[in-house]
Amino acid sequence: MPDFMGGPAIKMRIAILSGKGGTGKTLVSVNLAAVAKKSAYIDCDVEEPNGHLFFKPEDVQEEEIFVKIPKVNHELCNGCRKCVDFCKFNALAYINNKLIVFDEVCHSCGGCILVCPEKALTEKEKVIGKVQKGISGEVRIYTGILNTGEATGIPIIKKLLEKDPEVNERALIDCPPGSACIVMESIKDADYCILVAEPTLFGVHNLNMVYELVKLFNRPFGAVLNKCLEEENPAEKFCLEKKIKILGRIPFDNELGRLNSNAEITVNKNEKYRLLFSALLDTVTKEVRHETTTNP
Amino acid sequence: MKIAIPVDEKTLESNVCPSFGRTPNFLIYDTETKESVFIDNSAAASTGGAGIKAAQTIVDNKANALLTPRCGQNAADVIKAADIKMFKTTFASVKDNIAAFIDGKLPLLDEIHAGFHGRAGN
Amino acid sequence: MKQLLILSGKGGTGKTTISSAFIKLAGAKVYADCDVDAPNLHLITGWNAEPEKTDYYGLPKAEINPQLCTQCDQCRQNCRFDAISIDEKYKVDPFACEGCGVCTYVCPVGAVTMVSAVAGELMLYSDEKKLFSTAQLKMGSGTSGRLVTEVKKQMKPAAVDAELAIIDGSPGIGCPVIASLSGVDMVLIVAEPSISGISDMERIITTAAKFGTKTAVCINKYDTNMENTTKIEEFCKKQGLPFIGKIPFDLGAVKAINNGQTIVDIDCRSGRAVKEAYHKTMKLLFEEGGG
Repeated sequence: MPDFMGGPAIKMRIAILSGKGGTGKTLVSVNLAAVAKKSAYIDCDVEEPNGHLFFKPEDVQEEEIFVKIPKVNHELCNGCRKCVDFCKFNALAYINNKLIVFDEVCHSCGGCILVCPEKALTEKEKVIGKVQKGISGEVRIYTGILNTGEATGIPIIKKLLEKDPEVNERALIDCPPGSACIVMESIKDADYCILVAEPTLFGVHNLNMVYELVKLFNRPFGAVLNKCLEEENPAEKFCLEKKIKILGRIPFDNELGRLNSNAEITVNKNEKYRLLFSALLDTVTKEVRHETTTNP
Repeated sequence: MKIAIPVDEKTLESNVCPSFGRTPNFLIYDTETKESVFIDNSAAASTGGAGIKAAQTIVDNKANALLTPRCGQNAADVIKAADIKMFKTTFASVKDNIAAFIDGKLPLLDEIHAGFHGRAGN
Repeated sequence: MKQLLILSGKGGTGKTTISSAFIKLAGAKVYADCDVDAPNLHLITGWNAEPEKTDYYGLPKAEINPQLCTQCDQCRQNCRFDAISIDEKYKVDPFACEGCGVCTYVCPVGAVTMVSAVAGELMLYSDEKKLFSTAQLKMGSGTSGRLVTEVKKQMKPAAVDAELAIIDGSPGIGCPVIASLSGVDMVLIVAEPSISGISDMERIITTAAKFGTKTAVCINKYDTNMENTTKIEEFCKKQGLPFIGKIPFDLGAVKAINNGQTIVDIDCRSGRAVKEAYHKTMKLLFEEGGG
């Protein structure tokens, strides 16, 4: 059964997000990538990436990601403290006639280098994390990893989402949870956003957050309801109220939970879910096509 | 010698503030002249790097020793670079800690905890 | 006043479900929600009144005055965060702006200024008997430990009368978690029996250990993976960490939450297990010495 209903293959970047951790973002992104076969899975949850635990990629290549931080030439420094006073992040201190730089607090704005009247400050590179590229079957796995304690993961996301001429297939972007600036960076250029929601009171509250976010960034979007039970689903109600398209429903299922908690890719182990996620992929593809033709 | 203590209020009756970086005020107490000076801690309003700025403040006020319940890694680096000794407060009240310090009864502070690592940003 | 903090590392483990149950069981007079990114506790604590709200200001953000701007492009060239763009006029993207002030410095005509920016909102619910402190970070703001610190500060006035404060912590392991940990008497970690859940639990334990805070562990939804549950129990034994209980997955819990109730407001399996865990936690928290 073809993944596309005929027609030319289109490049599409689909971002999967939720207001909170534990809703099923990774479940959905990993399984959509797996069922799409020729695709790219991009893990933007750089603080706690775990998509790679499912795919176990091979032929992994690593690239370090750097930011620039100040370096002091103590001979030229005359202790004027203009840099200390300028720094909004308190990354510099002047103690015992010596300037100290606090790497982890520095936001790499380059301001201190500009304000120094003696040209005593230059820049050096500091590693803040890395990007790993590997392959699992036909899925290219891109994982972003931020080193513990670093100020921001945005430079890593930028690298992950660079338009790679090799990536012609569909890309599934597993976003960080929440709605902070790092999430915004992840969805900025997405062609479509899937909002994953839980059928609880908390789930609706969190869904609302990401709903506001995708509207703010003017991204086309739809919802996937996860862990669905037979009872009334507050998240479904919310989607109906706000006229959010429901792309699919994943039932609450102990078997699914078990496979997931053992880092197994469900669609490879369970036919029912292979069909479910294939149907979901078709639905999303149609939505993206529709968006492309109506809003070129 | 001058000792610095993070304090909740600007009086000697105050309690020691549990946080160093975000204490609202510091007391600079001169053990010889028995003079007390209270200064605002501008670092309290920082979104990040508060410990560093607070430490710079007490260095600039020429403290020789710091009495505090806890201290983060970054602030500790500044204090150590300034050759200021750190002591662990053992009472709630400022007065009791000063008395204990003068009697040589306060232990050195050597458990430094991981800093907040400035993930504040925006 | 003893402070109990409930953390989980990963989101979605059931921290808030358990915190709310503890708050109900304790009849806690003081409690707080430090998950400022996505606060949920207020949804089941049944306050009818509106809270007292205070604006929370983050770092000021840059703003360009188009009247003074000469379009020299210095600001855009020097901005390391791609926050300045031109679309007829030069504009700062408040979401990308990190408040570094470089643009203000390089502008030759003083057209760029730093203006205070509301990054969130503090909320305080209170009546004669109870106090509940929480906050909501505005979309796009960097997660802020300082806002968490403010949430905890709001609890201070009540410290005089209350014996116990319960704090629903933030997920993750970064700055907001460390801010939550500051000054608490005990941490209860709610662990999830999954590979990522275990890895996050270990990271939190390492962080709490640095603070020298009394730490205990419980497992939520333990029956979703018995193998991992055993792993966690063995880990706690090996590390000498008090293991205070395991709570089963329970659809009854979902029902309760969706009705705006805690799991101890109705009769269900998870509620009964939580009661046991609660008593063990209180014993540990109030026992003399130890830690």
